[in-house]
Amino acid sequence: MSDQPNVVVTGLGTTSPLGGDVPTTWAAALAGKSGVRTLEQDWVSQYELPVTFAGQLAVPAEDVLSRPETRRMDPSAQFAMIAAREAWADAGSPELPGERIGAVIASGIGGVITLVNAWDTIRDQGVRRVLPLTVPMLMPNSPAAYVSIEVGAKAGAHTPVSACASGAEAIGYGLEMIRTGRADVVVAGGTEAAIHPLPIASFAKMQALSTRNDDPAGASRPYDVNRDGFVLGEGAGVLVLEREDHAIARGARIYARVAGLGITSDAYAVAPPDPTGAGQERAFRLALENAGVHASDVVHVNAHATSTPAGDGVEAAAMRRALGDDADHVAISATKSMTGHLLGGAGALESIFTIMAIVDRQAPPTINVSDPEPDLPIDLVRDVPRPLRDGDIAAVNNGFGFGGHNATLVFTSS
Amino acid sequence: MAHSEEDILAGLAEIVNDETGLPADAVQKDKSFTDDLDIDSLSMMTIVTLAEEKFEVRIPDEEVKNLNTVGDAVSFIAQAQA
Repeated sequence: MSDQPNVVVTGLGTTSPLGGDVPTTWAAALAGKSGVRTLEQDWVSQYELPVTFAGQLAVPAEDVLSRPETRRMDPSAQFAMIAAREAWADAGSPELPGERIGAVIASGIGGVITLVNAWDTIRDQGVRRVLPLTVPMLMPNSPAAYVSIEVGAKAGAHTPVSACASGAEAIGYGLEMIRTGRADVVVAGGTEAAIHPLPIASFAKMQALSTRNDDPAGASRPYDVNRDGFVLGEGAGVLVLEREDHAIARGARIYARVAGLGITSDAYAVAPPDPTGAGQERAFRLALENAGVHASDVVHVNAHATSTPAGDGVEAAAMRRALGDDADHVAISATKSMTGHLLGGAGALESIFTIMAIVDRQAPPTINVSDPEPDLPIDLVRDVPRPLRDGDIAAVNNGFGFGGHNATLVFTSS
Repeated sequence: MAHSEEDILAGLAEIVNDETGLPADAVQKDKSFTDDLDIDSLSMMTIVTLAEEKFEVRIPDEEVKNLNTVGDAVSFIAQAQA
């Protein structure tokens, strides 16, 4: 790694079920608030959906963007733009040639709302009513394209698609773009806008979603014995990644270093994780190795932990094996308990949480765990934040996706 | 029910405002869609599609290139609904 440049984070942005920006979202997470609420859309009762709640944006996109922007962009691109604008401004709007700026914005599903609505239009009103921007709106690379236009990124605009690992993969891709010399600054993150009857019906049919319709805020309960599935969320997270010497030269505020990336694939099944967790463990080990970090340096993990009966236990065991006995001293948080699962946006929002945990030296809480899994082999942060020690520390973010995609990122304080 | 030319102009201005953010009062009959209002071909097709729906008329794709000014569009829609 020694001949590769260090990469740091100089800007953060989000719009999430907990808030319309990073300060609001992070404060709500530290306070243990839930962003999950009962859905009020007509289609919930119209289609008698088996799940009637989700983690919707705390601040609707139309309250932030202009009317032409909300008409011309799928919600997934709208969310990415809101997050990217915050991150870019937070980074001090770096001035450098566009040829040295990259954009990597992931999505798990792409413009599903635009796609299905356009089909409704054809069926109900005929082909002449289909708007000409329908395909540019629904394509999964649309958020990356819009963000590249926004910041003038000409070093490449990319869209990793790996279900719920997408957001973490995007940050990894951005890291590699800088390490390999393709860019000096990369706007990287993930977005998802899939609160719609089709994804809800499909996930529910898989029995992947919690059905606690009478207790939305208590529905996402990772590692609790009574967990019954994940809670669908929406939103975006975007980071500004920057070559460290470039950031120092322009006097940028540095949040943390993006120190390492580990990516593996299970080659096991298209939806459930490999029950042995071998791929997740290997991604974790590879990420530590890639970062040049020892397990004893790791003080915090933001786990993927979606609150499904099958997934959480596999991940907990995999983390335990990768960390060994050092796991006893690692504060592990499952923030999906508060935000729901942002799918392609999850890895990016949770990377922001991981970075803010390093900055503030506080691991955010996991809420709703009233009855933890017995013999849980990890040290779960419950209900209130936990202080993290001073000095040089490392923190890890896990992102796993349907299809057996495993992406682990390591962030360090210096 | 047929729309008056005034109604059509106001309706078009509303569509153009939604699509481009241009103030509705900038949309006047003598304005060119491309030169004055800076509307590109994709936006123009969007505006035409929305106008077809709003005024319940058909504007053939091959006709769109002849709609240079807002006035051209108002006249075409007024005649098409007759």
